[in-house]
Amino acid sequence: MPELTAGQSINKALSLILEKNQTAFLAGEDIGIYGGAFGVTEGLLEEFGSERIKDTPISEDVIAGLAVGASMTGSRPIVEMQFSDFIVNAMDPIVNQAAKLHFMYGGAVNVPIVVRAASGAGTGAAAQHSQSLESWFCHVPGLKVVTPSNAQNAYDLLLSSYVDTNPVIFMEHKLIYKVKENVTLNPIPKDSSYLGKASIAQEGTDLTVVSYSNMVNVVKEAVSMDELQNYSIEIVDLQTVSPIDFETIKNSLIKTKKLLVCQEAPSNSSVGTTVVSKVVESDLFNVLEIAPKLVSGLHSPMPSAKHLESTVIPQKEDILNAIQDML
Amino acid sequence: MTLTLDKQLELHRMMMLIRLFEEALEEMFSRGLLHGTMHLSIGQEASAAGACLALDKEDLITSTHRGHGHCLGKGADPFKMFAELLGREDGYCRGRGGSMHIADLSNGNLGANGIVAGSLTISVGAALSFQMQKKDNIVLCFFGDGAVNEGSFHEALNLASLWDLPVLFLCENNQYGMSMASDKAVAGESIASRGNSYGIESIQIDGNDVEAVFESVTSFKNEILTTNRPKFIEAVTYRYRGHSKSDRNLYRTSDEIEYWKEEKDPIKRYIGKLIESGVTEAKLKEIDEGVKELIRNSVKKALDSPMSPVTNLEEDSYA
Ligand SMILES: Cc1ncc(C[n+]2csc(CCOP(=O)(O)OP(=O)(O)O)c2C)c(N)n1
Ligand SMILES: [Mg+2]
Repeated sequence: MPELTAGQSINKALSLILEKNQTAFLAGEDIGIYGGAFGVTEGLLEEFGSERIKDTPISEDVIAGLAVGASMTGSRPIVEMQFSDFIVNAMDPIVNQAAKLHFMYGGAVNVPIVVRAASGAGTGAAAQHSQSLESWFCHVPGLKVVTPSNAQNAYDLLLSSYVDTNPVIFMEHKLIYKVKENVTLNPIPKDSSYLGKASIAQEGTDLTVVSYSNMVNVVKEAVSMDELQNYSIEIVDLQTVSPIDFETIKNSLIKTKKLLVCQEAPSNSSVGTTVVSKVVESDLFNVLEIAPKLVSGLHSPMPSAKHLESTVIPQKEDILNAIQDML
Repeated sequence: MTLTLDKQLELHRMMMLIRLFEEALEEMFSRGLLHGTMHLSIGQEASAAGACLALDKEDLITSTHRGHGHCLGKGADPFKMFAELLGREDGYCRGRGGSMHIADLSNGNLGANGIVAGSLTISVGAALSFQMQKKDNIVLCFFGDGAVNEGSFHEALNLASLWDLPVLFLCENNQYGMSMASDKAVAGESIASRGNSYGIESIQIDGNDVEAVFESVTSFKNEILTTNRPKFIEAVTYRYRGHSKSDRNLYRTSDEIEYWKEEKDPIKRYIGKLIESGVTEAKLKEIDEGVKELIRNSVKKALDSPMSPVTNLEEDSYA
């Protein structure tokens, strides 16, 4: 079992897909000789050649658009947006085209594309290179939105995103590129049923923390702090944020009766508010012992200075405080 | 056009200031004083210095992720720039912007931009203001060769031409957009020819010849103000350092980098020219020492200045 960062495990998944499927190809900025801005596509150009590892000009609109057109005609594109902030330059092909064509054309076409992008803050990259925009895409029917939290689920989720017949936005938090863990290199699955499934990152009975992407790792750190050693806390890693796995959340809440949601993104119209609203709209409302709580990033662009950046992103101490308030 | 000796020395001084400013940043970065990454313009000083010194204070610029030189050229205080990169209250953006996002409105710099081609459409709007307010100023829009393949580049040029806007598009073609060589990324004859295709008079110049940059910006500025037509300059140059701090330079040869450093360096070439025209080495040394001292003092002052206080950032997000 190799020890890999999420960047390296995604690289293995891409390599496996390209090896098994001749119609698969990659396109994006600096994905060839540079190996991707974060090294995720390193070595793939040498392995598969420039026919299938396509370095593009700086043109996000056409990168996403070519994926749509290629996928409608028998190819299987996986495209990279470098920093997820640049997806805004590709919103038309993703939101108005990819997301809608299957429905709009009465099922006549499928748009099986994967749009990969490095998201999130914590690297000092400032306001235009640090955002967590995943909830924008959750708002669009027809798209699936996937947010791995570690090297293993990044690997498995990427394979499933590829197998899925819908457009998938695949958000890779930059900080998971830095953490190594043992990864089981599973084969390409037969279907994409792993998408839309949350995982229980830690079992517990006193309180449920729902989170996704790198914030799951911050939650784990918070929960392992001395102050909480006498409590049993369950952590639900959503893995896919559209669609959300409410079944897993429900089963957890029936057990713990307390809900805390933690995310890096600001709370307005976010994944976290969706989780809370769905829970309180349902029968679970009666199961909850106290009002649910949401810990989110500040409603502020990301500042560049380190000491300001860390006030915008929830820290483990913020999560600890929220948990202590609720217990 | 013959330049006065004063102007020539000013051009030299500005290139030195930009070079030494960025070398100081490199040093601070390697000492772990800076958070994040940065994009250095070492090797490209002539286009920033030559273009900015051809403008008046009231003329505006829009800048890029590689914008330290543009900012200094337009008159920024290096202390406030260092302070910005160090997250200090005295920084141009109070530590909120950092290397990639310095704006200095007091000197007519509408801001550096982390989005490739992000400033092109903004420059069009600023030029529209000048036109509507009947001001005799221009907007100089800096962008890289990588920006010309974004849709917004084309939308900006088209509209500036249609509406006769006072904007001077200045492409700093350093021949690479990150790892992508511009000749592999740009279809058609040249970058300058793209300006022509929108009916905008466009020229390609040696962007490492500081006087050539100064002169073409000066004459294009005059023409923009008399003819009300936008103009376009492609300044060919070269970046010595990696794209950002994480670049391993796999996409080009060290011979190529060495060639540009040895044969085409804008500062070296200009020193040669000045000496040939009779400027003494002592005079240049005096200027360089002045710049070095300015940098030293600015770094020290920035390191001594207070960290930006943690304010209510949610409130700060709105005007
Ligand atoms: C819209 C967008 N796409 C991609 C990037 C990532 N990126 C930053 S700079 C850069 C290269 C830009 O090349 P160029 O315009 O030639 O400027 P240079 O870096 O050479 O000065 C890239 C790909 C970005 N910042 N914004
Ligand atoms: Mg360039």
